[in-house]
Amino acid sequence: MTDLQKSWVLHLGIIALLFVLQFILPAYHHGSLARVMVLTCYAMGYNILFGYTGLLSLGHALFFAAGMYGLSLSIAHLDWNAGPALLAGLAAGFAMALVIGMLLLRTAGVAFMIVTLMFAQAGYLTVLYFGEWTRGDEGFVIQQDLRRIAGYDLSDPTNRYFAALLLMAACIIITLRVVQTGFGRVLVAIRENEERTRMLGYDIQRHKLAAILLSGTMSAAAGAAYGLLFGYAGATFASVQYSIFPLLWVLLGGAGTVLGPFIGTLFMFYLIDLSSELTTAYMLIAGLVLVALTLFAPQGLVGELRRRTMRWLP
Amino acid sequence: MLKVTGLSSGYQGAQVLHEISFSVEAGEIVCLLGRNGAGKSTCLKTIMGLIRASSGRVECNGVEVSRLPANEVPRHGIGYIPQGRRLFSELTVAENLEIGLMVNRKDHAFREQVLEMFPRLRERLNQRADTLSGGEQQMLATGRALCINPSVLLLDEPTEGLQPSMIEQIRQAVTAMRDRGVAILLVEQRVDAVLSIADRVVFLENGRSHQPIKATALRDNPDLLHRFVGV
Repeated sequence: MTDLQKSWVLHLGIIALLFVLQFILPAYHHGSLARVMVLTCYAMGYNILFGYTGLLSLGHALFFAAGMYGLSLSIAHLDWNAGPALLAGLAAGFAMALVIGMLLLRTAGVAFMIVTLMFAQAGYLTVLYFGEWTRGDEGFVIQQDLRRIAGYDLSDPTNRYFAALLLMAACIIITLRVVQTGFGRVLVAIRENEERTRMLGYDIQRHKLAAILLSGTMSAAAGAAYGLLFGYAGATFASVQYSIFPLLWVLLGGAGTVLGPFIGTLFMFYLIDLSSELTTAYMLIAGLVLVALTLFAPQGLVGELRRRTMRWLP
Repeated sequence: MLKVTGLSSGYQGAQVLHEISFSVEAGEIVCLLGRNGAGKSTCLKTIMGLIRASSGRVECNGVEVSRLPANEVPRHGIGYIPQGRRLFSELTVAENLEIGLMVNRKDHAFREQVLEMFPRLRERLNQRADTLSGGEQQMLATGRALCINPSVLLLDEPTEGLQPSMIEQIRQAVTAMRDRGVAILLVEQRVDAVLSIADRVVFLENGRSHQPIKATALRDNPDLLHRFVGV
């Protein structure tokens, strides 16, 4: 079996495993895993930009929130159905990525990080400022009867799980295809050395913009799906905390690996979930585990696996 | 093929090249020779557009490329192999070659031609670039540059740090490229290597170029070598 075939078998196998788990998992973990899968899509979007292209964004919550509010405001104020509202969320994320991306391309390195952070903060403050429509920090609930697509009630746990799985499967396949194509290789080349890639004849800015668009739209899709599946939109999702989360998930799972974002999100979610059952100082436990992981698996869990044994992992 | 006329450039106000001029014809190897800091590598980078020329022209096949963005220069047929190989270490040999092939949309049949020149690379196709030996890395860097099907190839110290057997292989590859009609501009510190391979030599001294000299004439004139490169 070639490396390419192995990677397809592995990734499709994980999608199949998640499909089967739906019938086995108790209700609590069933709901948790649906949430993890949606957040994984956010982390996968982030991974395109950070893991593959080497651009460290500190403001990705802007794209997540753009998708979430694109969907939820369309439903709440324009009386749109969930389907068109979902598309509005994607379009909002794409448009935001296009505009912000054009401006971000004028920066590099530390300036890139600061500018992404500033844009995200501006987005967060905008959500608060227009509280009359967004309900600010308090947020608003999307009614159950409005969360239907093609007759499927997405507030139903089974439908929600399948919708989350469908989205995550799409993100896995898109990422896998991207990294296997020439475009993906050029992104990795840019991550390694921009000047070297330019001297071979590649337009760096165009490739970076494409990466920002893909990353932003994928993150927006996750934000829109989160609002739709869990029926809530709030300013917290636009805060700096939600810009740091995907960075942590990707670093823990393995930057520049397709499965790293999933493993990192899953690990972090359950680490906090389980440690909070033990003590109120659960962040201390989470912090210690994260420090240990950083020391002993600096390339992240999947990254270490790739380094040690499965070198073919994309 | 490659014509450099009155080219000046430098770094942040410090001028390094002062109106240098020379040309390289198809099927010819021209070597830039000079002491450290004479401006040899700067010259190659300026031709590639990685350093903006303050004045002068660079023409490739009659097209002026000195005003183009750096990423468009290779599309006009100029390949560049920088000092220290500069591969994409996390990509495999095949992926490094593919990045070269994609620039001018060359297919895998073209890759086969490159692999024929460097059979060692064929055995290493799925190996990461950073696991190759120094000589293999130089072969890959050369192969990747050839994948854009250049009519002009710029080589910056291709034999630096290589063992003698590898140097010989690189030398053979460079002469094979010349025989195929590629115009080669070579920067090399090792005078013996230059004299054995070059057709003409252009001396750079403090960023200024001298009239090209035939390599055969240089072999008989050690005083010139002593003056310009101190040997």
